[in-house]
Amino acid sequence: MITLENVTKTFGKQSAVNGVSLEIASGEIFGLVGPDGAGKTTTIRMLCGLLSPTSGNLSVLGAANPEAIKHHLGYVPQRFSLYGDLTVMENIRFIGSLYGQTTDKINALAANVLNFTNLLPFKDRYADNLSGGMKQKLALAAGLMHKPTLFFLDEPTTGVDPVSRREFWQMLYQLNKEGTSIFVSTPYMDEAELCTRVAFMNEGRIISSGSPQELRRSYKYQVFELSTPDRNLKARLKSSGLRDINAFGEKYHLVTDSSPTAITTVKAALAAANISITDLNEISPNLEDVFVALASEVN
Amino acid sequence: MYAVEITNLTRRFGEFTAVNAISLKIKTGSIYGFLGPNGSGKSTTIRMLCGLLAPTSGDATILGLDIAKDSEAIKHKIGYMSQKFSLYDDLTVIENLKFYAGLYSLSQPEGKRRIAQMLALAGLENRQNELAANLSGGWKQRLALGCSILHNPPILFLDEPTGGVDPKSRRMFWDIIYTLSQAGTTIMVTTHFMDEAEHCDEIGFIYNGGLIASGPPSALKSSINGLLLEIPTPEPMELLAAITSRQLPYLDIYPFGANLHVLIAEEHASRYTPFAANLISPSLEDVFVHLVKSHRKEVLA
Amino acid sequence: MIRLKALLIKEFIQMRRDRLTFVMMIGFPIIQLLVFGFAINTDVKHLPTIVFDQSLSQDSRDFIASLTASQYFDITDASTSYQDVTDHIQSGKTKVGIIIPPDLSANLKHGQSAAIQVIVDASDSMAASSAISAAQMVGQLKSQEIILNRLQGYTGKTFALPVDVRIRPWYNPDFVSAFYMVPGILGIILTMTMVMITSMAIVRERERGTLEQLIVTPLKTHELILGKIIPYVFVGYAQATVALLVGILVFDLPIRGSLGLLYGLTSLFIIASLALGVLISTLSKTQMQAMQMSFFIFLPSILLSGFMFPREAMPLFFNWLGNLLPLTFYLQILRGIILKGVGLSVLWTQILALVVFIAIVLTISIKKFQKKLA
Repeated sequence: MITLENVTKTFGKQSAVNGVSLEIASGEIFGLVGPDGAGKTTTIRMLCGLLSPTSGNLSVLGAANPEAIKHHLGYVPQRFSLYGDLTVMENIRFIGSLYGQTTDKINALAANVLNFTNLLPFKDRYADNLSGGMKQKLALAAGLMHKPTLFFLDEPTTGVDPVSRREFWQMLYQLNKEGTSIFVSTPYMDEAELCTRVAFMNEGRIISSGSPQELRRSYKYQVFELSTPDRNLKARLKSSGLRDINAFGEKYHLVTDSSPTAITTVKAALAAANISITDLNEISPNLEDVFVALASEVN
Repeated sequence: MYAVEITNLTRRFGEFTAVNAISLKIKTGSIYGFLGPNGSGKSTTIRMLCGLLAPTSGDATILGLDIAKDSEAIKHKIGYMSQKFSLYDDLTVIENLKFYAGLYSLSQPEGKRRIAQMLALAGLENRQNELAANLSGGWKQRLALGCSILHNPPILFLDEPTGGVDPKSRRMFWDIIYTLSQAGTTIMVTTHFMDEAEHCDEIGFIYNGGLIASGPPSALKSSINGLLLEIPTPEPMELLAAITSRQLPYLDIYPFGANLHVLIAEEHASRYTPFAANLISPSLEDVFVHLVKSHRKEVLA
Repeated sequence: MIRLKALLIKEFIQMRRDRLTFVMMIGFPIIQLLVFGFAINTDVKHLPTIVFDQSLSQDSRDFIASLTASQYFDITDASTSYQDVTDHIQSGKTKVGIIIPPDLSANLKHGQSAAIQVIVDASDSMAASSAISAAQMVGQLKSQEIILNRLQGYTGKTFALPVDVRIRPWYNPDFVSAFYMVPGILGIILTMTMVMITSMAIVRERERGTLEQLIVTPLKTHELILGKIIPYVFVGYAQATVALLVGILVFDLPIRGSLGLLYGLTSLFIIASLALGVLISTLSKTQMQAMQMSFFIFLPSILLSGFMFPREAMPLFFNWLGNLLPLTFYLQILRGIILKGVGLSVLWTQILALVVFIAIVLTISIKKFQKKLA
């Protein structure tokens, strides 16, 4: 449904997207995951026809020219792109009629999408007066007015409260169940777990892609989760032969090259420093572990 | 001993109340995490504390200085760095540092000494002659931090310092924050990455302009009543749909990475045995999901 | 059609919400007309004048009385020294200094020519030329009178002037500046607001990010451009009506030709200006750039269109340059209909020029507008 072949986009001397190749089947929730500046937005904009690639080929829904398939695309840009001085309903109706819907159809659809996004009570509120989470829901609602078969969302949940984030993902999941293919970008690693397929992007390149399980399975190291009241762990374990130490919330993930001795060394070092270990277990890596490892391998 | 004391601080923009009667205290030398979604009033609060915005009502003191009366005196004692901190892209790392040393009117030898310290702190010793434009997000952020603390401020305000930075660089940034905190700097930091909040000594959670909870992470976590179950699953959404359709009892249920989190009353624990669920202690993200939901219920009621 | 209608509805809602801008669009022409209609007066009268009368005779008093009677000179000071006159002019207290020699009466009596010196502050060229021609006129009339009197004295007969040039100023016999200025100001106001509004229109959506959403919909470029033009045709008409009403009610502007024709042709000019604005909007990346480009249009519109200076007097190149501005043709239409009462048979070249202008500018706009972000 979407094909990218060696797609590159440069702005002046800076290359934002560098030789990206991807193949995305229909019916997926495809997650483009990576930090800001990784090239996610540029990639999505090229797929929506907002930017032309500097080199390489891409096709969306079988068309190389995005103009031909705009009726089937939905797009929620990263920055709120509806009109702050129009109400929720006015925005919805405006976008609906840009797709050439008749008034009757628009009324029926508007009720539908506002209900789906829980925005019905706010339909007469100016978009400017919505909270960040509600603005994103409005953008989603507007994008649904023409029932797109393929929906692009660029970081729809950045800076949105944790509850709205989850509500948003439930909506995406629902849409996907009803047959819409979804292409979503996010900087949150935990959201990557909710996708059917994920591509990790860093500094303009795709560093790995696959289903969340596949990505976890490809992880070459062992991860131990350590709970300890100590905060100066990094300095203390500097010479214990660990591959990496990452703080995860209040816990630490210790990464080893699958050698059994490393953990013994850690235990000994902590015991010597008289630091208590609340908990130390091997765990299966989460996607953030995977990303951190892949990103440092590339560098 | 409190470095920052805020009482009923309020800021309105026209009819819109961005910050609504916030009161909080920050202990000297601690890290205070100021959390909340975009547009909830985090930046407005920090801007008022830094003297960039006048409060509509309420008081705040920083190191005993009143933000309304002594804002110029306060400026010498604080460091402020936002996500949009302005580095000059066409200057090198060292030139940026020198420029800011000049702005803080550091003496020649003092400036030299501090710049060397900052380069070491940010790990930029080997890149001091590179243009700021050529640094990637994480390095830029560290350079910006270096520039904003050249004058060795006792209090540091960080507004979304890790926005737009990859996970690895975020961790490196937090290592620097610890180092500063251990050296005695009081730090107030905003973020919308919940896991970062776990590192703070105390947390305030702001939602729609109001402070809906504050305290040390452990206290906030123990405020959740019920058992929190974690069910590992490759497809959290599928499982969520399955559980809700089976009408199993729960207080709350939501996806959490590659898991499903279910909050239940103690007596219903047995109903979940078939799911191979683990009993876990809540993370801060769990706490905030909970807080936001109960706050919404309150507003609706 | 549905898409275009949607755009129009959106524009009208936004216009209604933005009260301040709307009030300014209507209030702006009234204020401008009043200010400029009264202030701009190419016929400069009542210049402050200092007189150094060394003659202090009946003849000198006669001459000074004729100067005052012409209304061009207001004697504000009498001086006692040459230095005093210089000081007054230098300090700007007076614009004109008149120095009458001590031997005025004696010279006149002996049939000799009497030299009266008129010093003019020519740093203000408009005032200077007014003063010069008025002083010359008064001097000549005075001389004629004296010569005719002398001839009569010698011959005992009465004489008439050999050639009497009779001038009949058509269309504006009283030389009312406002009649000439008001239609011009109407044109200038329409140019400024129409070009400015549309030049902001598209680039503002680009800056706000809303264009990003529009581009991914099936909206066509020409629909977007028409959607930005049509709502402002109404605003343009509102402005034109207000301006004409002020012209008629305050300045007694006569409408000699067909008001219907004037209204009809005004639409051509409004569309031409809006199209120019759209072109600017498609070419600029930021509102700042759009603003600067708009100003690049305004100045030539004021200077080269014939609004201030007669186009016949311009060097050929600038005359030709003025032909690229829609205002040039609209001014001819306005003055033609309002002051001369002419109709289509005279104005068809101007109409053709505006139509061609609209067609070219819109085509370039549609071609130049890229449905891309960068």
